[in-house]
Amino acid sequence: MRSVMKDERAWAVLLLALAAFVPVVAPMLDSPATVALATRIAIYAIAASSLNLLLGGGGLVSFGHAAYYGLGGYVVGILYAHYVSGEAFLGVIPGSNDLLVTLPLAILVGGLGALVIGALSLRTSGVQFIMITLAFAQMLFFLFVSLKAYGGDDGLAIRRVAPVFGLNLRDPATLYWISLGLLAAWLFLMDRVSRSRFGRVLAGIRQGERRMAAIGVRTYPYKLVAFVIAGMGAAMAGALMVNQARFVSPDMMHWTKSGELMVMVILGGLGTLVGPALGAAALVTLEYTLSGLTEHWQFILGPILVLVVLFARGGLMGAVRRIAGMRGRAPDALPAGELPAGRVQPGDRAAPDLPLREGAAPHG
Amino acid sequence: MTPGVALLLEQLLNGVQLGVTLFLLAAGLTLVFGIMGVINLAHGSLYMVGAYAAAVTATATGSPWLALLAGLAAAALVGMVVEFAVLRRLYARDHLDQVLATFGLILFFNEGTVLLFGRQPLFVNVPEGLRGAVRVLPGVDYPVYRLLIIAVGLGVALGLYLLIQKTRIGMLVRAGATHREMVRALGVDIRLLYTLVFGLGALLAGLAGLMAGPILSVQVGMGESILILTFVVVVIGGIGSVRGALFGAVLVGIVDTLLRAYVPGLLRQVMAGSEADALGAGLASMGVYLLMALVLLAKPRGLFPAHA
Amino acid sequence: MAEAPVLSVARLVKRFGGLVATDDLSLEVMPGELHALIGPNGAGKTTAIGQIMGEITPDAGAIRFLGEDITALSTPARVRRGLSRTFQITQLLEDDTAEGNVALAVQARAGHGFRFWRNAARDARLREPARAALAQVGLAEARWEVPVADLSHGERKQLELAVALATGPRLLLLDEPMAGLGASESLRMTEVLRALKGRIPMLLVEHDMDAVFSLADRISVLVYGHCVASGSPHQIRQDPQVRAAYLSEEEGV
Repeated sequence: MRSVMKDERAWAVLLLALAAFVPVVAPMLDSPATVALATRIAIYAIAASSLNLLLGGGGLVSFGHAAYYGLGGYVVGILYAHYVSGEAFLGVIPGSNDLLVTLPLAILVGGLGALVIGALSLRTSGVQFIMITLAFAQMLFFLFVSLKAYGGDDGLAIRRVAPVFGLNLRDPATLYWISLGLLAAWLFLMDRVSRSRFGRVLAGIRQGERRMAAIGVRTYPYKLVAFVIAGMGAAMAGALMVNQARFVSPDMMHWTKSGELMVMVILGGLGTLVGPALGAAALVTLEYTLSGLTEHWQFILGPILVLVVLFARGGLMGAVRRIAGMRGRAPDALPAGELPAGRVQPGDRAAPDLPLREGAAPHG
Repeated sequence: MTPGVALLLEQLLNGVQLGVTLFLLAAGLTLVFGIMGVINLAHGSLYMVGAYAAAVTATATGSPWLALLAGLAAAALVGMVVEFAVLRRLYARDHLDQVLATFGLILFFNEGTVLLFGRQPLFVNVPEGLRGAVRVLPGVDYPVYRLLIIAVGLGVALGLYLLIQKTRIGMLVRAGATHREMVRALGVDIRLLYTLVFGLGALLAGLAGLMAGPILSVQVGMGESILILTFVVVVIGGIGSVRGALFGAVLVGIVDTLLRAYVPGLLRQVMAGSEADALGAGLASMGVYLLMALVLLAKPRGLFPAHA
Repeated sequence: MAEAPVLSVARLVKRFGGLVATDDLSLEVMPGELHALIGPNGAGKTTAIGQIMGEITPDAGAIRFLGEDITALSTPARVRRGLSRTFQITQLLEDDTAEGNVALAVQARAGHGFRFWRNAARDARLREPARAALAQVGLAEARWEVPVADLSHGERKQLELAVALATGPRLLLLDEPMAGLGASESLRMTEVLRALKGRIPMLLVEHDMDAVFSLADRISVLVYGHCVASGSPHQIRQDPQVRAAYLSEEEGV
């Protein structure tokens, strides 16, 4: 049983299964806002998990992830505007209010945006990379602020969305289940990717670019592909969020949104599978609770963030791991989650415990 | 002189004035990064603190000198407290932790400012003796106050140059920017050096904020919009290089100002006025980021990379 | 000599500010040869390796590998042509297991990094060559699945070599593989290198003179970035210039 507790995939399946009952339980608790809140959590979880592929997977600190989230949102918004007006976008692409059209297009556009921005940004590294990804996201923000045809500062409203497979998206529970299903699919993809050959290279890049060069790996294309995948995930989340909020505005790509996504990843547990989803749940709930208490909730949230960074390393998943694995070998001795495969299997536990850190020898 | 040329000259001076303001911020940011390896998003908050402290003092006392003093003191003080309470614990951490903790600080400072002063912008008058304009060239009048900002900015640039090139602290700063480990190994009191550098950076940010007060409106969020522009400056100039910060700042200041001045006008020739203005403003805002992309394509480490 | 050299470095120069780290350095490694590069600390041995690998750009000079001028190539491109190095200060992926580190090098050699679905840790095409390399360097099998962060210094040095071997090198550059090892560990490493000798040409930078003189076919002596002598171990022992410039300093240590 303990090995099951330690396998993050088991946690993910369990949590997703429990989450599926939210629309059933919510009416009993007489809190109609709960389903909407849970939908936002599921959507943010996708966005945070996509960012985690960069932050936790490749050690790439992108501070402009909201750009792709917003791009995804605007694809839905702009296509809807053209659907209503009847004019084709750029005279070529007809508008649409069908999620089966808008969602794939949003993912495509998000990926393309990430391809262009990533291709430029990844020429740098370290702190320059942070600043550049932030600056490019702000650039897109300003672009959409200035596009009066699409509402500029005020954004666009989305009113009548076509049913998907006969399901009405205006029904909160339906939209929630769709979002949760996409979250499950996304997490499954992330799990596979992180264990694949590509994921190994990405983890290698995080741990030592110099080592990767010395074994003959040109890191740039791997980083760029990760950037594009992450951009596509964020765009998918953005498209869903616009369907949920029935509204898109430049605020979706404001730099504070990028910051919030980063906070979710760290709060939940960098480099873990379930962590970003837990972080999304924690931050959305925290914001909801604090904003219910005071208008100036950011005054409280800010110091909480500082304290989390300073003192709660490993985030929520780190805490879960410490509790679940209390009697075993400290799993948190492995930073950034991802237990090397082979060590998670129960059979391996039979091996005698080898002393940790016997090599206090000098490094050269 | 034709009106067109006069306008261009005036816009160029505006660009230089924005440039030196950016330089005051960028110098601190780039030094703090170069020496301590810390990326401090809350640097823009110090700019805001300087602006608010000066604005409130000026309104209460009417004395520009007291306002100057209050702005500088508040920014430096808040900067030192932030360094002592938070940033000091982040020197050994990775950039991600630094970004997040200082992001938290921004939320705290912005909302704290709302609590203290509300969301309404404060308006500050230009000090009595500095109102009016002087004739800088035949047919070109330019506000005295803005000229003063340019002079102060260039003075600070000269002062920093002398400080870094000619003094012992400057030597450590230079050494620290290129050989951080070595300076540490030589037993220099690195903590004191850090606090001093951080205090200086905070002071300059505060100076930029208090001088900008009478030109822009003093409001919550003013720190972040300029901070991101400062990032562009630092990336273009080369991280850790004060010379690069000056060059990048003036370049960004001029490019940004000229685009804002001329792009809407050009667009108005092809589309409706209000739409042209909005799109023009947007495109002008994007211009400096495109400039940054171009610089990076040519030189990924910026124009004056400090770490060879 | 009729045979063409595997590696030939010609008139390499590298300056760091006023310091000349590599001063008109020329050297060759012949097929099957173990060529040792020795010299006092700061002689520029690691800098020379860095330039051969393309991690440091030389100011002047040319590097030819297997008949091709590689001076302008990136590090990964050189590795794919068969150059491989070990690091004096080990550069390993700390979160990964020993086997995982080597398997990644196997994967890099195969060039199939853009696979997103199958679990790489269970892939026998990666595991088996990785395990072979680990066995080759003599790392105890019980340690293969241990995270690198938990390995001893000696084990890390062995792992460095295993990773380098897994890239399929046609020339190995070894930067102080014995540094920090105990006497018995050094002997074991010497034996591992002796077993590789003849199969893979090697350029060995090392301070352990017992190892150098027992392994090397040829020794070059570097002082202030310049090669002051080159010859068989016997010739180097006799060389008065070497004794003056190098051995006198090192004997006291």
